Amino acid sequence: MHMSDALLSPAVGGSFWAGSFGLITYCANRLKDRVDDRIVPLMGVLGAFVFSAQMINFTIPGTGSSGHISGAMLLAILLGPYAGFIVISSVLIIQCLFFGDGGLLALGCNIWNLGLYPCFVAYPLVYRPIAGTGASSRRIMIASVLGVVVGLELGAFSVVVQTVLSGRSELPFKAFVAAMLPIHLAIGLVEGLVTAGIINYVRKAMPGFLEGRSLSDMRGTMKGVVIAFAVMALLTGGVLSWFASTHPDGLEWSVERVYGERELPVDGGVITRWFRDIQEALTILPDYDIPADSGGQADTVEGYPSPDVGTSLSGVVGALMVGIVILFIGMGIRHRRLKG
Amino acid sequence: MTSFDKAYFNLGYIDTLSYGDSFVHRLDPRVKLIVTIVFIVSVVSFPKYEILRLIPFFLFPVFMMTAGNIPSGFVLKRMLFVSPFVIMTGIFNPILDSKTFHLVSGLTISAGWVSFFSIMLRFLLTVSSALLLIATTSFYGVCHALNSLGLPRAFVIQMVFLYRYTFVLAGEAMRMVRGVTIRSSNRGMGMGTFVNLLGVLFLRTMKRSEAIYQAMCSRGFDGEVRLLRSLRIRLNDLAFAIISITLFIIFRWFDIPGYIGGLVIR
Repeated sequence: MHMSDALLSPAVGGSFWAGSFGLITYCANRLKDRVDDRIVPLMGVLGAFVFSAQMINFTIPGTGSSGHISGAMLLAILLGPYAGFIVISSVLIIQCLFFGDGGLLALGCNIWNLGLYPCFVAYPLVYRPIAGTGASSRRIMIASVLGVVVGLELGAFSVVVQTVLSGRSELPFKAFVAAMLPIHLAIGLVEGLVTAGIINYVRKAMPGFLEGRSLSDMRGTMKGVVIAFAVMALLTGGVLSWFASTHPDGLEWSVERVYGERELPVDGGVITRWFRDIQEALTILPDYDIPADSGGQADTVEGYPSPDVGTSLSGVVGALMVGIVILFIGMGIRHRRLKG
Repeated sequence: MTSFDKAYFNLGYIDTLSYGDSFVHRLDPRVKLIVTIVFIVSVVSFPKYEILRLIPFFLFPVFMMTAGNIPSGFVLKRMLFVSPFVIMTGIFNPILDSKTFHLVSGLTISAGWVSFFSIMLRFLLTVSSALLLIATTSFYGVCHALNSLGLPRAFVIQMVFLYRYTFVLAGEAMRMVRGVTIRSSNRGMGMGTFVNLLGVLFLRTMKRSEAIYQAMCSRGFDGEVRLLRSLRIRLNDLAFAIISITLFIIFRWFDIPGYIGGLVIR
């Protein structure tokens, strides 16, 4: 359920970048004044542990299909919310770069969806109250299943909100929610059981490891949650709605503010004149004229100017030619490299 | 080969690619990161029914791939692997968006297909550029770049550690998964086995973390990790940045395919 660049608008992607990386900075600062510097290598190897675990597929009981874990809740339980959030964020960055999951712009959304909800909502508000001191394995089981489900469902809901706000996909909000939430309920149940299994294993094998941990980290967690949500509210309320309201595209919106028109004033510009001169000198098929208004537009798409028929044919031809030129450039560079 | 082996192999493969030597590899990681981000923002900032004006942007990934000597099969395969979510989210556009576009006189196309193809083009452009960034830049280079662009040091150090120990732990995990696979014929790994396997892996991880900590302490670790900085912006980097960003701006604001097509047909 990684969010993807292709479905995002720059305004939504940028806002969540700001939110996620702001939170990373906040968490990193909080970790700075920890007494125990053992946490530095521990966070590193636990990140590597979760990353390796994600690559292992296991059979989901009763279905025959296989799945893997995401591990954010596991990290929050093992390391506490702040360190856990830092570690899961670093795992997500490596996934994005090495496996192409999501994309660079969507990274902010993915850290938000897959890291913030498990670490700062599900862990302090669901897992800790139910698991209590962590003395009973049954309570740990219930707490992790519920915690993981809550975290994943919030993340899935957030994917829907980001997609709908960006307006690249036509999926209606309700149908998308109806599709995403049940899928992630099932995934969450399985991941919750696995998380509980590992936590109980650790409790047996390393008694005392979990007890002292993360309790001290709980001070101020609620403050963190409140700050995170205040940032989110500001972002959505202030920036997003401002951008997303009438014009789906922030960049065009800002162009419109500056120039009073949606597109840059191209006509009469130096480049246009230059192009027109070349065009007059070079036109290959001077008599081949497409009637500009044959048939017209059946439906104009709201908010976008209806494309002119003549220009769109020349656009298609131009795009094809550009594509071929790029292909040749690529082949040329490769050829030269192979020779050299 | 198990799916785990494949994922592990891929990781090592990109790592190997990233230490190659080419014009693109030698560019400063900060410059590559910034140019890639500008590229992605320019691509996704187009309105949703844009197809043609996205085409010129392919110049950038094609250049990075060919000049960086990265096999195209590798990039395509990785993208195929991560495409399902985008396809599933976009494929309903043709059904739900019943508006129509007249492409050429007499030829109509549903606006939903237009926006779906637009999504797929964006997907190709953005994912390939992110993959090519890491395939032509060592991971430590990217970490340095992120650090000098203002990401907190504690976080950058976390990424360096994570990356370094991923290869160690994934190697260990791979041997364990192989052991299970060999002993379980073709049944796949059940959840119980998986949990126990992860439990054992966790214990080994903890032991290793302790050993690393001691090794660090014996080398004078005082809670502060210092990064060696050796990045320098050269003329090549500046030229690359200026040329690419200028091209992105031209591609974004001027209808290049329209102009070129206009040269041919008029």
